[in-house]
Amino acid sequence: MGDAHPAERHDPAVAFESAKLGVWTFLATEVLLFGALFTAYAVFRLKFPALFHAEHEKLDRVLGAANTVVLITSSLTVVLGVDAARRGRMRLLQAYYGATILLAAVFLGVKYVEYGEKFHHGLHPGTNIFFSLYFMLTGLHGIHVLLGMGVLAYVLVMAGRGRYSEEYRTPVEMSGLYWHFVDLVWIYLFPLLYLAG
Amino acid sequence: MSAGDGKGYLSERGWRSWAFTLDHKRIGVMYLCTTIFFFLLGGVFALLLRLELLSPQARYFSNHAYNVFFTLHGAMMIFLFIIPAIPSGLGNFLIPLHLGARDVAFPRLNLASYWVFVAGFLVIVGSLVAPMDTGWTFYTPYSAKTGAAVTTLSLGVFLIGMSSILTGLNFIVTIHKLRAPGMSFLRMPLFLWSMYATSIIQVVATPVVGVTFLLLAAERVLGVGFFDPAKGGDPVLFQHFFWFYSHPVVYVMILPAMGIVSEVIPVFSRKPIFGYKAIAYSSLAIAFLGFLVWAHHMFTSGMSPLANAIFSFMTFFVAVPTAVKVFNWIATLYRGSITFEAPMLYALTFIFLFIIGGLTGPFLGALATNVQLHDTYFVVAHFHYTMMGGTVMGFFAGLHYWFPKITGRMLNEKAARASWALIFLGFNVTFFTMFFLGVRGMPRRYAEYLPKYHSENVVATIGSVILTLGILAMVWNFVQGLRSGTPAPGNPWRALSLEWQTPSPPETENFHEIPLVTDWPYGYGTKKA
Ligand code: HEM
Ligand SMILES: [Cu+2]
Repeated sequence: MGDAHPAERHDPAVAFESAKLGVWTFLATEVLLFGALFTAYAVFRLKFPALFHAEHEKLDRVLGAANTVVLITSSLTVVLGVDAARRGRMRLLQAYYGATILLAAVFLGVKYVEYGEKFHHGLHPGTNIFFSLYFMLTGLHGIHVLLGMGVLAYVLVMAGRGRYSEEYRTPVEMSGLYWHFVDLVWIYLFPLLYLAG
Repeated sequence: MSAGDGKGYLSERGWRSWAFTLDHKRIGVMYLCTTIFFFLLGGVFALLLRLELLSPQARYFSNHAYNVFFTLHGAMMIFLFIIPAIPSGLGNFLIPLHLGARDVAFPRLNLASYWVFVAGFLVIVGSLVAPMDTGWTFYTPYSAKTGAAVTTLSLGVFLIGMSSILTGLNFIVTIHKLRAPGMSFLRMPLFLWSMYATSIIQVVATPVVGVTFLLLAAERVLGVGFFDPAKGGDPVLFQHFFWFYSHPVVYVMILPAMGIVSEVIPVFSRKPIFGYKAIAYSSLAIAFLGFLVWAHHMFTSGMSPLANAIFSFMTFFVAVPTAVKVFNWIATLYRGSITFEAPMLYALTFIFLFIIGGLTGPFLGALATNVQLHDTYFVVAHFHYTMMGGTVMGFFAGLHYWFPKITGRMLNEKAARASWALIFLGFNVTFFTMFFLGVRGMPRRYAEYLPKYHSENVVATIGSVILTLGILAMVWNFVQGLRSGTPAPGNPWRALSLEWQTPSPPETENFHEIPLVTDWPYGYGTKKA
């Protein structure tokens, strides 16, 4: 990138450290974004324990568990992709990232089925507080999955254009970090909504 | 002191050189122009309000129009002017210069956050098809039901919040990673410390308000009932979320201005700043404590008496680091060789008005009086003293101080002082009068009032006209200075911080060579200057 802005021409080590601090800070804001919803969950669960117990039974645990497995697997493929990049194997990186995107799509597909089923049974975001929370939390998480897919796809394409190397692979590392976050949020959502009545 | 290549950052022409620039200085200037525009627009609404209040009956427009206007005035001043103006405007321009860096850590992100900001206010403008009438706090349940375009507006506020998160994040990383060699944290100018603390607040508090507005929008579009008691929701939850952001954000408004004052005072007293570390750390303390006191806005919303008492106590606590700063500024002034150029006049005005605003705060923070004065003009006077008397005066100090650096031209000092005098006079006539109105019980947010409040309202309106003239004179002076001011030397104020060690205006890459920092920037009157 010959026409890089002066500030982007600085020491690659500094650039990498900056990017890392930047992404971690960004993830902290994401935690807070979800944090408000988790707070709302705690407040309303305390207020309506019976309702929460009755309503959570209506969620499909099998589909939820399946999706959990799918996402955890995708976290694994991302790690393998990042590791491939570290060893300079960019084709392999592309393969693993492609797999990750595919798994993410499966996740969204399952969500689609779940949502459809809920709507079919007349369960909407406005039905009651439990389902309000369910749809807000999983919906917001779904948007993050979508964003994550975009980020991974971008890295995949750029890897194809030979932008990354063993020395310069900051975006690869950062996209991996982001995907782990998306995965992690689900790891909290699943027991909270599906398992803990 | 390098002479530079003679091409300042302003030399490129054409709108593309601005719209797609990655230069933090240009992005800062774009923010400055945008936010000043909204300040003037918000001022027009303020004048309309004052005009209406000339008579006890609603004469010029309806009560509903009055509600719309004070909402627009308040929301614009808060979200489009006072929150972004100093951090995104002056902050963008100065942070890399202060650090001895060539730019911020993520220049592209910086440009993106400017355009997200623009997108945000365009969406807000779009929402004016059905104007807001809720006041700038958008309390539910009313805001969930009113016919106004709250959903669109929520989206706009969300975008603006996102832009402010991205800017804050960029600044934090820049300050951590791009300091020039030798620039330890304890050699940073105090403006940087204040910006650092501000950025932390922005990054921590804004996501919560972002999701709150998202929920408000979902409430209206999808019917989720988080804030609606009829559906088992809880309006108080909205208030908690809202104030979790909006109280700390009071410090996003004030901390940067305090940073400016900390820069200006030592330069124009030719004395090292007194209590450097205390000022620096108090910024962090304010940022931290600011998060613990939000619920003092909710004394009348039915929390438990114990919670009320705790928050009341905590509120007094935040005053301590603030008082530390004021004390240190005054100690710096003491026996300094003070000169009264325009930046200094505004900095002193900041201290004076902010003290008045600050001293009237405890009346509101204290539980008992709060209920008495709640929603009277006392509140209006108090927050205009802190926000306008404080932050806006600090902002004006910064504009006058850095004008030569930003534009490469000097201002007309006489005109600057004259406009200052008008602003100072007009401000006090307008808002001091409101303290009296408040004590005598005039409620806020009404277009009509009892005849017994008439004469004070006339005085306040006359004051606001003087104030407006002063502001127009100041803007005129800026325009004149830009067009025909004498060329500015690199360091007209003989200041020591790094931005003055490059030409005015600075070249595109800020420094010919990255400077090596060997000392703090406040050695005035001692060995260096
Ligand atoms: C230019 C001089 C200004 C004048 C004459 C002025 C006047 C007023 C008036 C008359 C009201 C309505 C009071 C009521 O009926 O409750 C008001 C409200 C308000 N003003 Fe200003 N103001 C000025 C500048 C500012 C500035 C610079 C800020 C902030 C940076 C600001 C922030 C607010 C806010 C937040 C409200 C409350 C709106 C609400 O109740 O929702 N004002 N102002
Ligand atoms: Cu507060």
